[in-house]
Amino acid sequence: MTDKPMVAAHHVRLGSNAGQPMTRRDGLAKVTGTATYAADNRPDGLLHAVYVEAGIARGRVNALEIEAALKHPGVVHVMTPDNTPALSQNPDEKTTPFTARIDVLQHDKVRYAGQPVAVVIAETLEAAQEGARLVTADYEVEPARIGFDNGEAFEPQAVGMSTPPVFSKGDLGSARSEAAHSVSAEMETPLQYHNAMETHAVVAEWDGDRLTVDMPNQAIGLAKPGIAAYFGIPAENVTLRSPYLGGGFGSKAVLFGPQMLGILAAREMKRPVKLALRRDQMFGPVQHRSATRQTVRYDLGRDYKFKAMEHQADVSTSSFDDWLDGAANASLSVYAVEAMKASHRGFRFDTGTPGAMRAPGIATGSAVVETAVDMAAEKAGMDPLEYRLLNYADKDPSNGKPYSAKALRECYEEGARAFGWKDRPLKPGLMRDSDGLLTGWGMGTSIFHAPFFPAKARALLRKDGSARAETSGADMGQGAWTALWQMAADGLGVAADDLDFDIGHSDLPDGSIAGGSAHTASAGGALFAAGNDVIRQLAEIATQDKESPLFGAGNERLVGDGGRLFKASDPNVGERYTDILQRAGIDEIEGKGRGNRDKASTETYAMFSHGAVFAEVKVDPDLYQIRVSRLVGAFAAGRIINPRLAKSQLTGGMIWGVSFALHEEGIHDKRTGRPVNNDFAGYHIPVLADVPHVEALLVDEEDPHVNDLGVKGVGEIGITGTVGAIANAVWHATGLRTARYPIKIEDLLERSIARKT
Amino acid sequence: MKTFDYQRAESVETAVKAASEPGSVFYAGGTNLLDLMKAGVRQPDRLIDITRIEGLDRIETGKDGSLRIGAMVRNSDMARHPTLLAEYPAVAEALLAGASAQLRNAATVGGNLMQQTRCSYFYDRHSACNLREMGQGCDALDGENGKHAVLGWTKTCIAVHPSDFCVPLAALGAEVEVTGPDGHRRLTIDDLYTLPGEGQAPGTALRDGDLITALILPSGGKRFAARARYMKLRDRTSYAFAIVSAAAMLQIGDGRIKDARLALGGVAAKPWRATKAEAVLNGAEASEASYRKAADAALADAAPSGDNAHKIELAKRILIRALKSAAAGTPPKMPALPGSVFAAGKEAR
Repeated sequence: MTDKPMVAAHHVRLGSNAGQPMTRRDGLAKVTGTATYAADNRPDGLLHAVYVEAGIARGRVNALEIEAALKHPGVVHVMTPDNTPALSQNPDEKTTPFTARIDVLQHDKVRYAGQPVAVVIAETLEAAQEGARLVTADYEVEPARIGFDNGEAFEPQAVGMSTPPVFSKGDLGSARSEAAHSVSAEMETPLQYHNAMETHAVVAEWDGDRLTVDMPNQAIGLAKPGIAAYFGIPAENVTLRSPYLGGGFGSKAVLFGPQMLGILAAREMKRPVKLALRRDQMFGPVQHRSATRQTVRYDLGRDYKFKAMEHQADVSTSSFDDWLDGAANASLSVYAVEAMKASHRGFRFDTGTPGAMRAPGIATGSAVVETAVDMAAEKAGMDPLEYRLLNYADKDPSNGKPYSAKALRECYEEGARAFGWKDRPLKPGLMRDSDGLLTGWGMGTSIFHAPFFPAKARALLRKDGSARAETSGADMGQGAWTALWQMAADGLGVAADDLDFDIGHSDLPDGSIAGGSAHTASAGGALFAAGNDVIRQLAEIATQDKESPLFGAGNERLVGDGGRLFKASDPNVGERYTDILQRAGIDEIEGKGRGNRDKASTETYAMFSHGAVFAEVKVDPDLYQIRVSRLVGAFAAGRIINPRLAKSQLTGGMIWGVSFALHEEGIHDKRTGRPVNNDFAGYHIPVLADVPHVEALLVDEEDPHVNDLGVKGVGEIGITGTVGAIANAVWHATGLRTARYPIKIEDLLERSIARKT
Repeated sequence: MKTFDYQRAESVETAVKAASEPGSVFYAGGTNLLDLMKAGVRQPDRLIDITRIEGLDRIETGKDGSLRIGAMVRNSDMARHPTLLAEYPAVAEALLAGASAQLRNAATVGGNLMQQTRCSYFYDRHSACNLREMGQGCDALDGENGKHAVLGWTKTCIAVHPSDFCVPLAALGAEVEVTGPDGHRRLTIDDLYTLPGEGQAPGTALRDGDLITALILPSGGKRFAARARYMKLRDRTSYAFAIVSAAAMLQIGDGRIKDARLALGGVAAKPWRATKAEAVLNGAEASEASYRKAADAALADAAPSGDNAHKIELAKRILIRALKSAAAGTPPKMPALPGSVFAAGKEAR
């Protein structure tokens, strides 16, 4: 499919940049290696730090033997809990919902395998690495608790970002008593580790009490005061640079122990220090997705419509912090149902603390919801798409609010057409391809909320016609350098090439967190507003200037585009920005902006992006190896700023869905709690051969309520729907469902044997 | 990583002499050795670089019709060599079923033979591992062992040999040429590897200083060229170690099997030549019933070493699949997904 410019929402006019499938503006820098990632920085006098990770998951460090490390040539210092100064803020204190309890050598307790217990600092990376290997620890070991059979259950205060752990609406009991049928899906999802291509890294340099940090970060506005608090310096003393991130997926929105140790080491040594995690160290202190054990039950009326829904999720967290994946809330706003209940129970594992990982809550929850829906469709003897339409929600069933916009019907329609869904046989096990492989088709509904964060931006127009726009936004690879640039250029009414644009630096206005699929709407909205603020000021000057062709046009709508201000009613009447400023003798105009979501809209409407994913799988009839041969997703997410990048995000999300359904699983030894597959040979994600054909379609949707620009997110929704679609396709191919993700060869084998006997 | 010396050998003789010093290891492609060194599992004092030794990177046909492949031939070069493709297609298929294109470009024939198990407890320095140091015990025994051995294991070690390439080599009865401090000798693939015993870790029959200089594919192996396949079951379509794999080579005449060669991968500490299964097949009808009997014979002595009983059933099934695929004939052209169960073809399914 060729990229086409999207139809703009009518209520706000964007300029000529947004909606275009512009290629990445940072692409050249990235492919030529001139884009500087944090660990690329090498200030003069740089020292290298490598931390020693705990070999037990629970207990205490009795003693650390560091002499051998200190004697190793090149090693200059070993930090241990005995010689590490206290931080100004206790790292076990939670000052914001985004603050994680972290391990910065402030105590001798061990709370998970892979926790830093010492830091070796050396003149070279090799010396630091070998020094770390030479440190030995004597532990007081307590038994590790890994898995729902061993973890300690508790009633949580909240799930996700401060969401109540229990939700109910309507009378579940009475709805059930009226039901004619019932289905229940019980499935587990494993621990998953973010594993961005770029591992977490920090390069820290102190100058007195001023600190410069190079660190990939999704939330500069939070990180800056967060770091300052740990080190007891004013926030303005911290400069954080994060121009490029090699993936974030949520884990780079939070400050972790290793980075703070790097900063601490630099302060101790009075020299710049670099600390970069090895791949295996990504399986400990830097978050992961909670493991879950879920039950989704639907009770159906005689007409097979949903009457009641209950979603219960057991969710893992660490022993010392409380972040829980809100899996059971994934079912609340998708399908029409009379009564519903969602509840969570926490389980303490001796792992690091989980956190938000791409499509938190929804990815895990929808993976089970969508299989339950297909089980219900099977019970009804209906096509899964037809069945979803039967239970289509025109209002958010959890609160009765209308959706701000919901083009899900169109997503179903366009996705099904592109996939060729209509020929699907109802019963499983009936399709074989020309190679004799079992073939199955499955689908799932995608949904992701559309949050909005209070981002700020600045724009500048100079007398020579040049322009600048900036915000501290973050490009994790999703394309912020391009999409935000397009929006900034449109706000100012200039061509993207004529704009000097900057993001990823703490000196810039707070662009808020690049997370929750809200960045384009939030930071982009702020940039657009800042540009508009400049144009507003420019219009004031022009309309009061007798020499301007726009003189006296103050009551008319004026438009800035292509570096020219003109009347909306007659584009021939106008003049170039530079002419207005030069005549007025003004060097530059600065504009400030914030994105805006109408408060009343928030209270009135339910706001989501939607989509439908269709999957085709091939399964070997004896050996049960699975391959997803086709994926087609159709998504509606309001105004699309850059269709090329949006498709890239959606495609990436769908591939992650393949990963969730078939591959990813963080395995810990149940006795020791240590990860056993902490590298890319053992921790599987799809390779190219696993995703032969993925297609993301953009469905037109105008959302007049979600924010001023009608922009929603595309970063996370691709995972949701896809996981269940694949599980449903595997069922359609084989007639088998498994009790856990990822769907494994041995599980299908076992179920097939059980079916025969 | 521990500091080490690096020495570049100019000849096999100087390499062997240098490697006879304790703490020396040969360095070729480095695709496994460097990982082991980074993990601290191997801590050599000295790397003897054999990549510049002249003559080790040749593929030649011997006077007896055998194919001699130098130890330094890179996997990707070997897999695309016309003689290998024509005469020993299952070997080429196994090579291309292993690792990734990038790794195959670096990895060598000798290094592939000498690679270590990927048992995660072997790599984890906090875990007990008899293979790393005899007497520590085996943490895999009661640990995460779904991918571990079902044949030839003892409580000393339940690790599996990871190579794909070695599986058809075992089936063919290929040999390695070894030069050591005591001169030259030849070993069959079957004799090269040693299974674990009680109180003895698995390993190889090589001694300090021994260098594999070449691999010899016997001329007799060519007679299987028309019916030779390698089939590998794995958790993702590429770049994954085998759950189980099988090499099958058949000579069929008048609907009966005249000669069969079989080996299994991913089931034991060595590539597992299935001689009992071969005996079942020789003279038998070329039919699924025969293949089933052969598979039962091949796994008759199998026992789970942990949470891996499914591997016994899967090994039988992959063996049957490999036999059916081989019987259907070697594909005229290397499949797009070499060794994949998806490349088996309809007749074999």
